[in-house]
Amino acid sequence: MNLSYEKLIRYEMYPVYWCPGCGIGVVFKSILISFDKLGWDPNEIAFISGIGCTSRMPGYLKANTIHTTHGRALTFATGIKLVKPDKKVVVVSGDGDALAIGGNHFLHACRRNIDIKLIIVNNGVYGMTGGQVSPTTPEGFFTETTPYGNIDPEFDTVKIAEAAGATYVARESVTRPFLLSKIIEKSLSHKGFAVVEVISNCHINLGRKNKMRNQLKMLKWIDERIVPLSKASSMTPEELKGKLVTGEFVNKQKPEYVEQYYTQIIGKVKELQAEFDL
Amino acid sequence: MPRREILQGNWIVAEAAIAAGCRFYAGYPITPSSELAARIAEKLPHMGGVFIQMEDEIASMGAIIGASCCGVKSMTATSGPGFSLKQENIGFAAMAEIPCVIVNVMRTGPSTGLPTRPSQGDVMQAKWGTHGDHPIIVLAPSFPREVYLSTIRAFNLSEKFRNPVIILLDEVLGHSFEVVDIPDSDEYEIMDRERPPRGSNEFNYYDREPGKPPVVPDFFTGYSVHIESLEHDDRGMPTNAAENVKKQQFLRLAKIEKNLDEILEWKEHYLDDAEIMIFAFGTSARASLEAIKELREEGIKIGLFQPITIWPFPERPLAKKLEKIKKVLVVEMNMGQIIYEVERTASDDVRIDGLFKVDGTSITPIEIINKVKELYL
Ligand SMILES: Cc1ncc(C[n+]2csc(CCOP(=O)(O)OP(=O)(O)O)c2C)c(N)n1
Repeated sequence: MNLSYEKLIRYEMYPVYWCPGCGIGVVFKSILISFDKLGWDPNEIAFISGIGCTSRMPGYLKANTIHTTHGRALTFATGIKLVKPDKKVVVVSGDGDALAIGGNHFLHACRRNIDIKLIIVNNGVYGMTGGQVSPTTPEGFFTETTPYGNIDPEFDTVKIAEAAGATYVARESVTRPFLLSKIIEKSLSHKGFAVVEVISNCHINLGRKNKMRNQLKMLKWIDERIVPLSKASSMTPEELKGKLVTGEFVNKQKPEYVEQYYTQIIGKVKELQAEFDL
Repeated sequence: MPRREILQGNWIVAEAAIAAGCRFYAGYPITPSSELAARIAEKLPHMGGVFIQMEDEIASMGAIIGASCCGVKSMTATSGPGFSLKQENIGFAAMAEIPCVIVNVMRTGPSTGLPTRPSQGDVMQAKWGTHGDHPIIVLAPSFPREVYLSTIRAFNLSEKFRNPVIILLDEVLGHSFEVVDIPDSDEYEIMDRERPPRGSNEFNYYDREPGKPPVVPDFFTGYSVHIESLEHDDRGMPTNAAENVKKQQFLRLAKIEKNLDEILEWKEHYLDDAEIMIFAFGTSARASLEAIKELREEGIKIGLFQPITIWPFPERPLAKKLEKIKKVLVVEMNMGQIIYEVERTASDDVRIDGLFKVDGTSITPIEIINKVKELYL
């Protein structure tokens, strides 16, 4: 079968790096479908990542791609967007990549409201390095570096992104691929900094240690915890404990950073140049 | 017409960077480099260029690499602690062969050290600061006009060889206001990276003749370009096949090693009849020159070898001089770093001494005069 998004794939890089059943593949497909649906010309897309399993994605996309250093993808993307304001800049990141080592860059990209799309694949663990605790590992979970159970509280990506100023914030899960594709497509069309957190499975490195040895068990565990935003609004904090609220949390317009730079800064200088005949 | 101006060293770099075609700057403030950012923040928008103050030095280094992947000449500036933070991404630029310029206005370290005091303590960090074997080019000018021309050369070399280029100044050079004869644009060349013909077919851009840089297409020019932090094959795709790793490591080093004639720059002062040589760069070279002038008045045959390119080390030109001169005093504001390179270059019959200083004050001509007399007379 020839699917219309196949032209966006670097098949020479296949087979993919990911374990069988990994949720990252679902996210990659959703991104491909979205690019295709939006009719984005691959030559106009920069697709950037840091380091981690999720961050291997750019190698498989036939566009302008960079596999950068751990946690730094947003900084590279910021440089690209600033010098090429009319291009589409998309970043993919793991939870450790985006929220631990890259946490500061994440906050500031949200704050600037720069027109970059960030898709975080949250598998609750450091996948690539063999399953150590991450900022989103659930409390009590066993990982390579929490052999007695995790005591570190979980980060809430959505709340952080919202508080830091992101103008589009959503969460979806790999267990609902149709909704996921829709959300990703919407985030890509948003003007400003968009964050989509995708809840995913790492049955190999997280599941194995927590009674979810295969992907079906783990996907089921994820799916059972999902509560759509519409339903969650009428639930008490006690009822929401341990649940994963999904949906669109923020969707608003605010001046975008790069546009501001070109209109306000360069625009102002041009006015001055004209006025003083510089 | 060359312009004569009074400028701070940091400003000279900013002015020269713009003249060299720099159109993107990302940085994070740190003494004694901050005035460079201030100056370029004011000037870049006039050229349609972009300035951004990022959240830290790591981010700044990432941003300039990103911009450079789009074909835009890019720079960042910092000092000691910030230079340490940039190292990982300097390694990225070396691995992926992305042109960029990094200015380090050295202050006394380690750690936060002495923010407002000069040092030349980052000689080795400039070469070996990031992990792995990798090529690097480091320029360390001494005089205001040299700072201007070295900045232009830093951009030219980074574009031509697709490699990060580091400019080392020190606090004295960065902060001093001095008269500078700004060279006219016909006194220097401006170079741009080689670009593949637009819209030609996909090709193995990391494959090339030894001694040549790769021709990596700029983003958004019709290629599907992949840039990697992992070791990559000819096409830029990750692999750890031993044969390929060997090839790429060799190619990266060869593009510098085979072009030393173009990369190395040094100056010789009073060396023709000299019996004693001082080896010094940056402000130490200036103090040395003052000392030499006075010693010459006393009839002492002494001269200065002043490297401007310190990495790669100007081994051959120095060795040539050391065939005749058998006494060398290495003057540097650190505990002895570049002296190892001089020792490595010289034969056993050359006597090598060091004058080192790390107390946050710069080396004075009188200290050099006294040391020369103490050691050699
Ligand atoms: C500076 C640095 N520190 C540590 C590492 C090792 N490392 C590689 S991937 C990774 C974590 C990956 O976890 P995550 O970001 O959650 O992505 P995943 O692999 O789960 O997709 C780490 C710590 C590195 N490459 N660079």
